[in-house]
Amino acid sequence: MIRRLTGFASIAFAVVVFACPALLGAVNVPPPEFEGDYVLPKTEVPGPRENLLEYVDVSVLVLALSLSVYFVYHKRCRKGVFLLMMVSLVYFGFYRKGCICSIGAIGNVSLSLFENGYVIPFLALLFFVLPLVFTLFFGRTFCGCVCPLGALQDLVLLRPMKVARPVESVLRLLAYVYLGAAVWFAATGSAFIICRYDPFIGFFRRSGSINMIVFGACFLLVGVFVGRPYCRFLCPYGVILRQLSRLSKRKVTITPDECVKCRLCEGSCPFGAIETPTAEWPGETYRVNKKLLGVLILLLPVIAAVGVWAGGFVSGSASRVDARVRLADRIFMEDAGTVEGTIDASLAFRASGAKVEDLYSDADAIKAKFKTGGFFFGGFVALVIGLKLILLSIRFKREDYIASRAGCLACGRCYSYCPREHVRLGNVASANGGGDL
Amino acid sequence: MKDNMSRRRFLRECCWGGALGAVGLAAGFAASKAAGKDFVWQIDPFKCISCGNCATYCVLEESAVKCVHKHAMCGYCKLCTGYYEPEPVALDTAAENQLCPTGAIGRKYVEHPYYKYSIDEKLCNGCAKCVKGCSAFGNGSLFLQVRHDRCLNCNECSIAVACPSVAFVRVGVDKPYLIKGQAH
Ligand code: SF4
Ligand code: SF4
Ligand code: SF4
Ligand code: SF4
Repeated sequence: MIRRLTGFASIAFAVVVFACPALLGAVNVPPPEFEGDYVLPKTEVPGPRENLLEYVDVSVLVLALSLSVYFVYHKRCRKGVFLLMMVSLVYFGFYRKGCICSIGAIGNVSLSLFENGYVIPFLALLFFVLPLVFTLFFGRTFCGCVCPLGALQDLVLLRPMKVARPVESVLRLLAYVYLGAAVWFAATGSAFIICRYDPFIGFFRRSGSINMIVFGACFLLVGVFVGRPYCRFLCPYGVILRQLSRLSKRKVTITPDECVKCRLCEGSCPFGAIETPTAEWPGETYRVNKKLLGVLILLLPVIAAVGVWAGGFVSGSASRVDARVRLADRIFMEDAGTVEGTIDASLAFRASGAKVEDLYSDADAIKAKFKTGGFFFGGFVALVIGLKLILLSIRFKREDYIASRAGCLACGRCYSYCPREHVRLGNVASANGGGDL
Repeated sequence: MKDNMSRRRFLRECCWGGALGAVGLAAGFAASKAAGKDFVWQIDPFKCISCGNCATYCVLEESAVKCVHKHAMCGYCKLCTGYYEPEPVALDTAAENQLCPTGAIGRKYVEHPYYKYSIDEKLCNGCAKCVKGCSAFGNGSLFLQVRHDRCLNCNECSIAVACPSVAFVRVGVDKPYLIKGQAH
């Protein structure tokens, strides 16, 4: 019996090796014609989630964004903000399992802008655009109330600590680099790194690679002490929202009317987003900074040029993110005899019968794209650093305690620290007669 | 001072309009080729080399990829090379003779000399051992597919990243499967 099977196998093996009928779509064994009343079972194809439910997702997003404006501006109510945040966490996080999200949609949008063959689902596009438009009108209420990643971090923030300004500024540069890299790799069609390295999605799905879960757990642990570390130092979408929020029509104000400079709110923001009144600079500092500013502005093109050069320089190694580039390298090395043996990918490539020349020219085209992208990436990062330095040497005039336009996540925590807020709520009488609002 | 303020405001308005325009432009450009339907991941069974990554790389504990059986292509072989170990002790359904590590394939006599093989999806882990056996020596009627009742439709499928033969493709939700021998 066994011999019969091995015999069968070796004949079949010979057939496969010499004719590869299964690969060509032919069959080795003709399907039988049954004499009895045997009916062929159907191959089950359980469908995916209803397309219709996507409209539900978009509606929930719009509703949540609108409610966020209501709670942040009209009600000025941290409780409402918190509740909305929890609902979003449950819906977009645990129910929708973190996909699709606005942050990851950066990848889809970049790919669709630069890759003609890619068709972006409307869902991803809307998730990308809607929070941006809301931010242009109302600041980052998306971050405070809707984003599930932000919500998860907000939830674990139990012992907020202050992060020194300079440290915060430097760490924030990471987010710009991350955004640049994410667009770069997505635009070349190589990877969606935002999705790949999303630290919290493992919690939403309650499964995932162990490395990412540990990574996410570390983030949450840090997040107990440092308010929303991902949002402040890494989130690439947050970078876009920061800039749009600088221009927003409305902005979060700590006080409902006027700042009485009581300093009560000073330490209330766990995200370092409250800006204090600035002092006049001593003449000496002023002169030094003025000179520095001049030098920096003159230096900006140089900094940018260095960035462009560096971006082009790293593009070669960066292109190995792309699977096709890696495969081409591998095949080249195998053919040149510089590596021993084969890997699954090279075996699969050779079995597919595709031409090596095509693979090489593909890889070269991808590498060329990486080079162009690298110039932009490097230039972008360098410009960000240069502009940051310039901003640091300018003194902005501020007389009140205000929520920074860029950094405020519209969480509503500081409201209740302001005595004017308590006057507004009627908890206390105003010093000048009361109830005059 | 007042003049200064209004100039600043004007500048601000211009920037605001510019930003809105930029967002609109990017969105419009992307929208010009956006699709009203969503896309899902699927395995092109003709590209799959049965490497086994599907069983381990899915973000789900139990992979969303399972083996399916296109019965119309099956030879109903008595000696199924997708079912039996290359050197089985005996040609019966005892566990030691089976290729499938989880015993997910059922074997039933139909009529002489034909046997029917069926996959118990609850047990299958998508390891592709049977697929390898069937496509090497049989008709290739066993192959892997992403099961959409299980798949989370990740924006970037983790298996697609790990797939050595680039067999994962995005397909429209209206035709979410790539079943062999069927037009798509
Ligand atoms: S900064 Fe990013 S992660 Fe944080 S709330 Fe905003 S969009 Fe979400
Ligand atoms: S609302 Fe207040 S506490 Fe919250 S992020 Fe803005 S400034 Fe900070
Ligand atoms: S051999 Fe692997 S792929 Fe085939 S049925 Fe068993 S578990 Fe599924
Ligand atoms: S899209 Fe996600 S859930 Fe579906 S098969 Fe890929 S990794 Fe698994």
